[in-house]
Amino acid sequence: MTDAPAPAPASADAQPPLHRRLGLTDGELGEIEKILERAPAPAELGMYSVMWSEHCSYKSSRAHLGRLPSEGEHVILGPGENAGVVDIGDGLAVVLRIESHNHPSFVEPYQGAATGVGGIIRDILTMGARPIASFDSLRFGRPQGPDARKQRWLARGVVSGISGYGNAVGVPTLGGEIFFDDCYSGNPLVNVMCLGIMPVEQLQLSAAEGVGNLVFLLGAATGRDGIGGVSVLASAGFTEADEEKRPNVQVGDPFAEKRVIEACLELYAQGLTVAVQDLGGAGLSCASSETAAQADLGMRINLDTVILREADMTPVEIFTSESQERMLVVTRPEDRDKVVEICAKWEVPLMEVGEVTAGDRLVGFHQGTVVCDVPAASLADGISYDRPLCRPARLDETERMDPTADLPPLAPQDTSEALLALMGSPNLADASWAWRQYDHQLFLNTVQGPGLDAALLRVKGTEKGLAVSLDGVGRYGRLNPHRGAALAVAEACRNVAVLGARPLAVVDCLNFGNPENPEIMWEFSASVDGIAEACLALDVPVVGGNVSFYNETAGQSIDPTPIVGVVGLLDSLQKRPTGMGFVASGDEIFVVGDTLPDLGASEWAAHVHAYTGGDAPTLDLAHEARLVDFLCALAATDLARSVHDVSLGGVAAALVQSALAGDAGVEVDPAAWAPHLTLSAALFSETSGRAVLSVLPEQAAELDALARVHAVPLHRVGTVTGGQVLGASLTDLAAAVACDL
Amino acid sequence: MIAVPVLPGVNCEHDTVWALQELGGAGVLVHHRAEALPSGTQGVWIPGGFAYGDYLRAGAIARFAPVMQAISAAAGEGMPVLGVCNGFQVLCEAGLLEGALTRNQGLRFLCQDVFLRVETTASALTCCTEAGDVLRVPVNHGEGRFVAEKATLDELEAHGQVLLRYCSSDGEVDAEKEAWNPNGSDRAIAGVSNRAGNVVGLMPHPERAVEEILGAQDGRPLVRSLLEAASVFVGAALLLPAAQSEGSSLHD
Repeated sequence: MTDAPAPAPASADAQPPLHRRLGLTDGELGEIEKILERAPAPAELGMYSVMWSEHCSYKSSRAHLGRLPSEGEHVILGPGENAGVVDIGDGLAVVLRIESHNHPSFVEPYQGAATGVGGIIRDILTMGARPIASFDSLRFGRPQGPDARKQRWLARGVVSGISGYGNAVGVPTLGGEIFFDDCYSGNPLVNVMCLGIMPVEQLQLSAAEGVGNLVFLLGAATGRDGIGGVSVLASAGFTEADEEKRPNVQVGDPFAEKRVIEACLELYAQGLTVAVQDLGGAGLSCASSETAAQADLGMRINLDTVILREADMTPVEIFTSESQERMLVVTRPEDRDKVVEICAKWEVPLMEVGEVTAGDRLVGFHQGTVVCDVPAASLADGISYDRPLCRPARLDETERMDPTADLPPLAPQDTSEALLALMGSPNLADASWAWRQYDHQLFLNTVQGPGLDAALLRVKGTEKGLAVSLDGVGRYGRLNPHRGAALAVAEACRNVAVLGARPLAVVDCLNFGNPENPEIMWEFSASVDGIAEACLALDVPVVGGNVSFYNETAGQSIDPTPIVGVVGLLDSLQKRPTGMGFVASGDEIFVVGDTLPDLGASEWAAHVHAYTGGDAPTLDLAHEARLVDFLCALAATDLARSVHDVSLGGVAAALVQSALAGDAGVEVDPAAWAPHLTLSAALFSETSGRAVLSVLPEQAAELDALARVHAVPLHRVGTVTGGQVLGASLTDLAAAVACDL
Repeated sequence: MIAVPVLPGVNCEHDTVWALQELGGAGVLVHHRAEALPSGTQGVWIPGGFAYGDYLRAGAIARFAPVMQAISAAAGEGMPVLGVCNGFQVLCEAGLLEGALTRNQGLRFLCQDVFLRVETTASALTCCTEAGDVLRVPVNHGEGRFVAEKATLDELEAHGQVLLRYCSSDGEVDAEKEAWNPNGSDRAIAGVSNRAGNVVGLMPHPERAVEEILGAQDGRPLVRSLLEAASVFVGAALLLPAAQSEGSSLHD
C-alpha cells in the first residue's frame, strides 16, 4: 500500500470549489469521500469528474437501457464492451457501434466530426476487427432562413471533417443520412456508426488479466487537447458563450490512427495482446480503470513514461487528456520484444506505462509521488441515477391538433406545384454533394454505396453480403417519443430488407435534451420502450449504442432523436441488387403496404405548410415483420425491376426518387392505392411499412401471388411511362432536388 | 510479380494486390524502408492513399522513403512502374513523371466515376487497350488536378506521353466541362507516362473497377496492361539479390 496522495487544497475565495468546477455535485463529492475514506487528491477528483460524467457513466440512462433486448442466437457480445459482436458464419464476426460527437461538432465542426470518426473506428479496432465501413447520421438547422449561413457552415464543416479524416485514415464512408430541422439549429447531431469484420477467434477483450503483465500505451503523444471533453462538452448544455469551449475539442491526426490500426491488427494476428482498450472519452483514466476493473485486478501507472506534447502537464491532465489516436494494450512480459518490433515496423510510438497488479487499486505515480490511489472499479462502474419522469405537457397540445382539419386540401390541378414544393425540401434533396466527398469504395467491398435505401457490402471469401441503414426522424419523436423510436427501427430494417438482407443487429444512438428535466427523461424512457418493442417484433437484438444527453442550447432542447443503425445479412450475394430506379416504359408500379391518413408529422406538412401536429405515422409492427419477409423473398427472385422504401414525403416522393434514378416518368392514379383518402394523404402520407416497386406487366400476377403468400397488401399504382411524375417534369423535379451546400 | 510498396499512410495496397490477383497476376507488399525490391520483381505499382498523411503536399515526403531509391533505379532500367492516385503524386514529386497534381478545381474531395479516353497504347498502362477506348473508372482524390507549364504540356503531347484524358461517356473531351473533367486538369489529362512509356501514372483507380459485382470492370484492361508490360520486362540487372520482402505478413 502506498501513502495516500495529498488532498486538494481549499479553493480561493472567489472561485467555486474544485469539484463543482469539474462538473461534480456536492453529493457526488460525498460519495467519493466515502469510497476513499478521505478527501480526494486533485488528480483523483479530476478522474472521478470525467469517469462519473454522463458521457462515460451513463448515469441517467443506465436504469433504462436494460429494457432493450440484447440477446440473439448470433450475438457474441452485446452492450457493455466497446462494440457489439455478431456471428455471420464462415468463422467471421461483424463488429458494430454507433457514437455521437454532437457537442464537439457544434464548437468546431471539422475537428469535432473528424475525431468522432476517429473515435468510433478505434472502438471497432479495440474488439479485434479491421474497421471496414462507416456511416454518418447528421442533423442541422434548416439551411434556409435567418440562421442559414451558420447552418451551412456547420454542415459543410462536418462533412469535410468526415471526409478529411475518414478518407485519410483508410476507412470508407458508405452511407448515412442528413436531416434538417430548426430544433437542431443550436445543437447539431453528428452520429457515426462503424462496422468491422474479423475472424471470430481474433476477438479482443478489455479485461487486463494476469498480475505482472505489462501495460503499454501506443500511438500519439498526450497533450492538453480535449481535457474534460466528456464532462464539460458532452455532459452539459450550451450557452451563448461557448466559443471558449473550443480548446476542449480534440484535434485529429488520421495518419497516426492509420498506423495504430495496422500495428494493432498485427499485434492481434500474432496473439500478443491480453487486453486492449482505446483511449477515448476520459482518456487514460478510463482505459486503465476499465481494463483493471474488468479483470477484478489493480493497475500501476507511471505517468512519467507517457510521451507528452507539453512537458509541464500535470498528473490530472495526463490522466484525463483526450488526445486522439492512442490505445492501451496489455501484454505478457515475454512478448515485450515482439510488441516493440511491430510498433517500430509501423512507426507507432510505444510507451510501457505500467503493470497489472494484485488487489483492486488504480495507483498513479508522477515524479516519484503517488497522485492517485483509488479502487479501479469505483471509477469504471460510475454511478447511476433513477431520475424522475414526467410526460411532456406539449404532447397534450400536439395530440389535440387535427391535421386532417388543419391542413389545406390539395386540389388536383395543384398537384405538380405541391410536389415540386415538397421535393424542394432540404430533407429530400440530393445529398451527393456530401457523399461524393467520402471515399466509399476502399477495400473493394462496396456493391452499393451511399444515396440509396441502404448500403451493401460483400464479405470477401464468402457468398455473403451485409446491408446497412441508419434512420431516425426526430419530428416523429416530437409527437410521439415511443412510436418515433419504433418507427426508426422499422424503417432501418425495411431499408436493409429492400436489398434482400435479413436484419441481424441494431445499434442505437439516443440523442436527447437535459436528463435532469423530467419531461426529457420521460421522452428517453418512452423511446427506449419504443426501440425495445420494435426490436422484439422484428426479432433483432440491440448489440450496442450510445446515449447523448444535454442536447440543448439556451434551454431549447432538440426533438427526441434516436438514431437506429441496422446491419442486415444476405446469405447469398450472387448478383447486384435490384436498383431503386424505374427501368422501362410499360412496367407496372405497385405500392406494397396500406396508406393511412398520416400527414401530421409528414415532410409535406412541415416543409410546405410549416405544420407539425397530431400523431406520428401509423406503425403496425406485425405488418412490418411480414414486409421484411416479403422483401427478402422478393429479392431472391428476378421479379422486381425496381424497389424502393417509402418514407419521408410518402408515395409521391418515392415515385419521384425512382423516376429520377431511372430517368423514366410515371402515370399513376392516387385513387388506386388510397381510394378512401384525400389526394394529399394518398400522395404525402408517411404511414410506415410501405415500398414502391415495379415489375414487367406479365409478371404482375406472380408478384401478387408472392404478396399473398406473405400476407402483405399490394396496390397497383400505375405505369412507367413518359417524362413526368404527377404532372411535374423530370427536369423540374431534378432541379428541385438539386443541392449543394 | 508486381512489387507494391507500402508507404506509411497509403491504404489501397490490399485492393491493389486483390486486383492483380483478379487479373491472374501477383502482387507483393514491400515495406517503405526496404532498400531493394524483392527478387523476381517485374513491375511496381505504387498504390493510392495518403502517404505520410499528405500533410505537406501530396507525395512530397513520400519521395524520400528508402524504397523510392530502388524504384527510381528500376524505372531507369526500364521496369514498368505504375503510380495510381497518391502513387501518381509520388512519381511526380520524385521527378519520374512531369507535371504536378494540385487541389481539385472545386476545392473538394471527389469520389465518383469518370470516363477516360485512351490516347495512346504505347505505354505500360495502355498496351492492352485500343486508342479511343472509353473506360468508366472511379476517381477518389482531393488533389488530382494535373497541371504543367504550357511547354511541358506541348512536349508531353508531342511525344505521346498523354495516355488518358477525362471525357464524356461518348469519348468527347472538353477540359472546361466540369461534369467531364471534374478536377479541372489541364487539357483534361488523367494519366501520363515518361518518354520511354514504362513509368506511368494516373489519378483514377483501375483496381476499383475489375469486378462485375462491384459494378465496374473497365479497369481490367489497364491492370492487364501493367501485367503484360511486366511479363516482357527483362532488364533486371540492378535488382539486388538481398531483397527485403514483407511477404504475406502484411496481408489481412
